[in-house]
Amino acid sequence: MFEYDFMRNAFAAATVVALVAGTVGYFLVLRGQTFAGHALAHVGFTGATGSILVGIPPLWGLVAMTMAAGIGMGLMGERLVQRDVAIGLVLAFSLALGLLFLHFYTAFATQATTLLFGNVLAVDIPTVFTLLGLGAVSLAMLAIISRPLLFASLQPQLAEAKGVSLQLYGVLFLAIVALTTAECAQIVGVLLVFALMVGPAAAAQQLTSAVPTGVLLSASLALFEAWGGITLAFYTDWPSSFWITALSVAVYLLATVPRRLRAWQPA
Amino acid sequence: MNAIELRDVSLTLAGRLVLSDISLEIAAGQFVGVLGPNGSGKTTLMRAILGLVPPSRGAIRVLGQAATRGNPSVGYLPQAASAVPQATRLSGWDFVASVASGHRLGLPILGRAARAEAERALDLVGARKLARRPLADISGGERQRLLLAQALIGRPQLLLLDEPLISLDPRHQQEVVGLVKELQVELGITVLFSAHEINPLLGAIDQVLYLGRGQAALGTIDEVITRPVLSRLYGSDIDVIRLRGRIFVMAGGYDVERDAHRHEAGSPHEHGSHGAHADHV
Repeated sequence: MFEYDFMRNAFAAATVVALVAGTVGYFLVLRGQTFAGHALAHVGFTGATGSILVGIPPLWGLVAMTMAAGIGMGLMGERLVQRDVAIGLVLAFSLALGLLFLHFYTAFATQATTLLFGNVLAVDIPTVFTLLGLGAVSLAMLAIISRPLLFASLQPQLAEAKGVSLQLYGVLFLAIVALTTAECAQIVGVLLVFALMVGPAAAAQQLTSAVPTGVLLSASLALFEAWGGITLAFYTDWPSSFWITALSVAVYLLATVPRRLRAWQPA
Repeated sequence: MNAIELRDVSLTLAGRLVLSDISLEIAAGQFVGVLGPNGSGKTTLMRAILGLVPPSRGAIRVLGQAATRGNPSVGYLPQAASAVPQATRLSGWDFVASVASGHRLGLPILGRAARAEAERALDLVGARKLARRPLADISGGERQRLLLAQALIGRPQLLLLDEPLISLDPRHQQEVVGLVKELQVELGITVLFSAHEINPLLGAIDQVLYLGRGQAALGTIDEVITRPVLSRLYGSDIDVIRLRGRIFVMAGGYDVERDAHRHEAGSPHEHGSHGAHADHV
């Protein structure tokens, strides 16, 4: 299957995105902010469709919109918790706005499907390099802040007392999540970002007890799911996003087996 | 040198005056029990000493310096349980070690000095083995040990422990108090230990800091746990009853310290402790 250019591009793009998503996702799951990833993806849809309408590549609209939303959510911080009605309405409106933008655009159906569910087989070489650049920025930012971020995630009140700014790291982290979400949307679409960001990370946290091994396993699982999904898509002609998501769910369920077995044994 | 000095300090929380015009000095090397009803300002006072809540009036000095955030000489055990999601298998070691140089930028990979510091803190509370287990699998008392280890990282001279006995049964309460007392003597540090009830702290503390209605009283148990002082702090007629080495603070037939306890959390441990309490009486 590697004799085709589009397959080589797909594997290259999936590799970059899976490594970034698996790593960033680990911290996202640890902080209990998985919903933020989902929300940012929805908001990104508006940005992507809006930029198609004005003739800019949708990836940049996605990046701009998710970054703005991520930083905004970070600044609101605690106030955002338990505002599920407000958040739900904002998300619904984001999708609706995206729909309206697409309505004004002629090639409606293909664009909508690609944005919502991704199409990794349509990625070209310039996009691969853009993804590589964005991914490098995300991982570099995460590497710089990961130690205080971990402290602030595990023991926020003590971290605050020790001089770690919860808001600063909250905002920076959501900016990283926003970039990662925009990347993931290129592979699996805005609706299935969970598959790459949350599935592998949640599975890794079921199986490992130390942070470094957890991050490595999470990135490896994401890579396995992305490659496996594209390969299965090639041989079955089913959508790659379906296979990636299916693998993500399967791996997570398998990862919970040890815990279920432990719970079964009489203590 | 005094560990803590408050000069005409008033503290406000969300527009409500919590402590009003308090002046007091706590000498270094004291084990101080911090008591008072819910909302009397125990947590706010600790957060002010940490530099997280600036006083609306007056000045706070900690170990000879103005109270500032990030003072490495102050250790802290926050009241709320940790934010670690139950679903992770994260080990106690990672949880405790995240505090060692946790404020510095970079990857969370510990250098030799930070590892040694985390190991020392775990040894101090006897939790080296315990730390290998996932956080999700350990009991409340074991969790308090790990939180105490976190507070000890950085070799603090002053330890602020906010309700470390909450939701522990009497046996584990005694264990935690005994451990803190040992550490306080061994390391020669000052400890502020807040609790809902004086009895678990009897025999361990040197002084009581009792808060209520914006006021504070500091002194030995015999000086503070008295009818006139507590009646002033509770704003109602209080009886102090001593029975077989235990102290009951009663208002109109109710045990007010116990009562505050009951409102706080309805965990099974809590009810267990009530049963045991009744047996004692």
